[in-house]
Amino acid sequence: MYEHDVIVVGAGGAGLRAAIAAHEEGADVAIVSKLHPVRSHTGAAEGGINAALREGDSWEDHAYDTMKGSDYLGDAPAVETLCKDSPKETIQLEHWGMAFSRDDDGRVSQRPFGGLSFPRTTYAGAETGHQLLHTMYEQLVKRGIKVYDEWHVTRLAVSDEDDPEDRTCHGIVAYDVQTGKIEGFRARNGVILATGGLGQVYDHTTNAVANTGDGVAMAYRAGAPIEDMEFIQFHPTTLPSTGVLITEGVRGEGGILYNKHGERFMFEYGYANNLGELASRDVVSRAELTEVNEGRGIEDEYVHLDMRHLGEERIVDRLENIIHLSEDFEGVNPLEAPMPVKPGQHYAMGGVETDENGETCITGLYAAGECACASVHGGNRLGGNALPELIVFGKRAGHHAAGKDMKDAEITTGKVGDYEPADVESPVQLGEAGLGGDAVADGGATADLSGDEVVQRALDDERETIEHLLEKEDGIQHAEIRERVQKSMTEHVNVFREEEALKDALRDIREARELYQDVYVADKSRTFNTDLLQTLETRNILDIAESITVGALARNEFRGAHWRKEYQERRDEEWLKHTMLSWNDGEPELWYKPVILEGENKTYEPKIRSY
Amino acid sequence: MSTQVPEQVEDESSAESVSPGKQKRDAKKRERAERLQEQREAEAAEKARTADDTYHLKVFRYDPEVEGKQEPRFDDFYVPYKQGMTVLDALMWARDHYDSSLTFRHSCRQAICGSDALFVNGSQRLGCKTQLSDLSEPVRVEPLPHADVVKDLVVDMEHFYDQMEAVEPYFQTNSLPAEDEEQRQTRENREKVKMSTRCIWCSACMSSCNIAAGDNEYLGPAAINKAYRFAMDEREGEDMKQRRLEILEQEHGVWRCQTQFSCTEVCPKDIPLTEHIQELKREAIKNNLKFW
Ligand SMILES: Cc1cc2nc3c(=O)[nH]c(=O)nc-3n(C[C@H](O)[C@H](O)[C@H](O)COP(=O)(O)OP(=O)(O)OC[C@H]3O[C@@H](n4cnc5c(N)ncnc54)[C@H](O)[C@@H]3O)c2cc1C
Ligand code: SF4
Ligand code: FES
Repeated sequence: MYEHDVIVVGAGGAGLRAAIAAHEEGADVAIVSKLHPVRSHTGAAEGGINAALREGDSWEDHAYDTMKGSDYLGDAPAVETLCKDSPKETIQLEHWGMAFSRDDDGRVSQRPFGGLSFPRTTYAGAETGHQLLHTMYEQLVKRGIKVYDEWHVTRLAVSDEDDPEDRTCHGIVAYDVQTGKIEGFRARNGVILATGGLGQVYDHTTNAVANTGDGVAMAYRAGAPIEDMEFIQFHPTTLPSTGVLITEGVRGEGGILYNKHGERFMFEYGYANNLGELASRDVVSRAELTEVNEGRGIEDEYVHLDMRHLGEERIVDRLENIIHLSEDFEGVNPLEAPMPVKPGQHYAMGGVETDENGETCITGLYAAGECACASVHGGNRLGGNALPELIVFGKRAGHHAAGKDMKDAEITTGKVGDYEPADVESPVQLGEAGLGGDAVADGGATADLSGDEVVQRALDDERETIEHLLEKEDGIQHAEIRERVQKSMTEHVNVFREEEALKDALRDIREARELYQDVYVADKSRTFNTDLLQTLETRNILDIAESITVGALARNEFRGAHWRKEYQERRDEEWLKHTMLSWNDGEPELWYKPVILEGENKTYEPKIRSY
Repeated sequence: MSTQVPEQVEDESSAESVSPGKQKRDAKKRERAERLQEQREAEAAEKARTADDTYHLKVFRYDPEVEGKQEPRFDDFYVPYKQGMTVLDALMWARDHYDSSLTFRHSCRQAICGSDALFVNGSQRLGCKTQLSDLSEPVRVEPLPHADVVKDLVVDMEHFYDQMEAVEPYFQTNSLPAEDEEQRQTRENREKVKMSTRCIWCSACMSSCNIAAGDNEYLGPAAINKAYRFAMDEREGEDMKQRRLEILEQEHGVWRCQTQFSCTEVCPKDIPLTEHIQELKREAIKNNLKFW
């Protein structure tokens, strides 16, 4: 068994920042990551980091924009923490050498971004995430922080008291990809989840293949509630064959969307008579899908984004990287032909419930980055607000886990105070009946187990699971199950959500769960067995897909990225509350907790979100 | 389905009690329907053509643990082609539909994570950034040469990481301003280091380099480029630059490079590696002149 004070799961922006912070506090910290740190998907972010750095701007304005963008589902203490800390943390990156773009006076450049009242998006060319990720990894190397890279974390070692609020996380179980060894890791102080996005729940996404929502699923099964899972952001311009993102900048510069008849549908079919192609992400995504659904898509799949009329000179000058992206990943030269585009899953606003110090309701369990929900994005994330979230909350979680004295959090976690029990009308049974989840079960007696023993139990359980998968000689393979769920999610739980379709998705997920009972791994090798790992990930995909769909079915309103056919309005009287889902021994339990709109100096009064 | 529309139109127009106006409209309708029909047929033909269109891949296989795979071999896969398909897409398709044990690293699918540098038809390329349509068949896919194979297309990256970490690959400066203020950097200086910061640690360059293959201790193009990134960054200051040049001048540093340009040719991020190495050599000479 390996042992450290703090264990960070994941090495993207959030995980690296957490590890550096814990190290600063003198903790013995290690990172366990299924990818080498520089392979993390933070590297794919292009646009930038929002930070109120300049005169004329303020954290208060940034907070106001973020709250409005969230459609009033963000929690003010988290939003204000983000906006107050972001400038300092962004400068910290600069002091670590990050290669930001520069103004004439040598200071870092900022640009305008959708939904922001000030050009506060700090950037490094079109590769901000890449620069951020590598800069932080350099700092990790400098400090000699231990990384267990290509170790896939499969389970949390959490005690199993009845109430999750009474449980403690003592460590993790991980699988060494190169050798097939399964080991326990004891964390004396805490475990920080920083596992990133969950885009692989859909069959078309801007997310990496590794973004399978592992952290969210593991925390959920260990008893930590997950929050606002139904809020998924879709990006309207992704390349059909891979999901590679084509920046809003193309439309900003004057790129035009056409259907198969060559009609400029944003105007001709009245989707956005004023803004046309420049309408918000969700409006454009819905317009594109409507075109395809009504038979005006190309190959029944996508629409065209044309920028040829801008002229080669302007395109090369301002959008050069788009030429490469389109040629390399779609085989289309956008100087000669329009680019095929369609909406793709992009970002998960929801995640593991945490407070503004990154803590969950389970003692010693933290989450930060895209897998966490504090919540700063509420119903809809503003572009440029995810990267600051990584560095602000990654750092806070790292400090807290390492034992630094910090102000008590204002956000509560778990079922305390003003919560509201609820029900959802599901056509099928939810959850994984008969399976107790990942909290270490021992006939209810684990309160007496030592931390080491809890980790040992979790390790034994995991070994059994993996042995079973490897020993089973036939059955169904994960790829088939995964594909079914991904297809169903893309078809039924996308930018359009209707009751019957959501119920169909729940039926499909149920069916997939039943198939998963018979899953087996054909590759029996102990060496680099990606077949096995993907099979384990597929289980996470099932739990996450269900949670998104349940939240979407229950929320009878249209807020942020969540559109419901039957309810075309935001309903503040009833819905200023977070959707919470608890594992509850395999029978998911839905409940709500109120949104906190009271900030430090003011209350954010819900207004209509129009731009 | 598609043939029904014109038939109906014909029936209607042959009926007796039809006004001239309607006849005209019907003729128009018919025309439109015919056009639509043609278009559909063309589309269907295109679909059929592409369905027949498969790509033949020959993929290197090896697993030290599995009987029958201990001896390296090549497996053939025929993958249905779709517009825009890359080598990585084809490998994923083959794995998900033919053989789930086919093993390769990949994650981002957009040339930014650096996981899937492979040896494709005899040169180092990122699988995700290589269009099948640019390759001749059969497409040979092998693990990167000059590295130990772990399994199938997966190679051991430890040596590459060690070299990267040997050059103090982190920013070091003595002249930081106050906590809330950024250090200034000119636009020109940022431009100067820009290309060097684009490295995604894919190790294609290292794999293509003859010198690195012969001298295991040679830092290699990527690590030298990493050092260049800092040495040329004015924010680090002159003292730090001297120190970096000393690291690079060691026996297995810049002087090993024989300017063969193979690294520059394969780098998926178009980093002018050889140029960077040459520039560091020149700096090192200037540096020595100063002390002599
Ligand atoms: C194409 C694209 C562009 C974007 N552009 C912007 C932008 O301009 N501005 C902005 O603010 N945001 C942007 N975002 C969003 C932002 O980049 C992400 O939300 C953020 O980078 C996520 O970082 P993370 O550290 O939480 O996760 P990631 O960077 O995804 O890292 C996850 C880590 O967890 C590890 N991991 C996962 N599961 C396991 C497991 N089971 N065991 C061990 N390790 C595990 C992985 O190995 C990885 O190291 C963009 C996102 C995408 C996809
Ligand atoms: S320099 Fe280029 S080829 Fe070499 S590791 Fe970096 S990106 Fe890959
Ligand atoms: S899959 Fe990331 S570089 Fe190719």
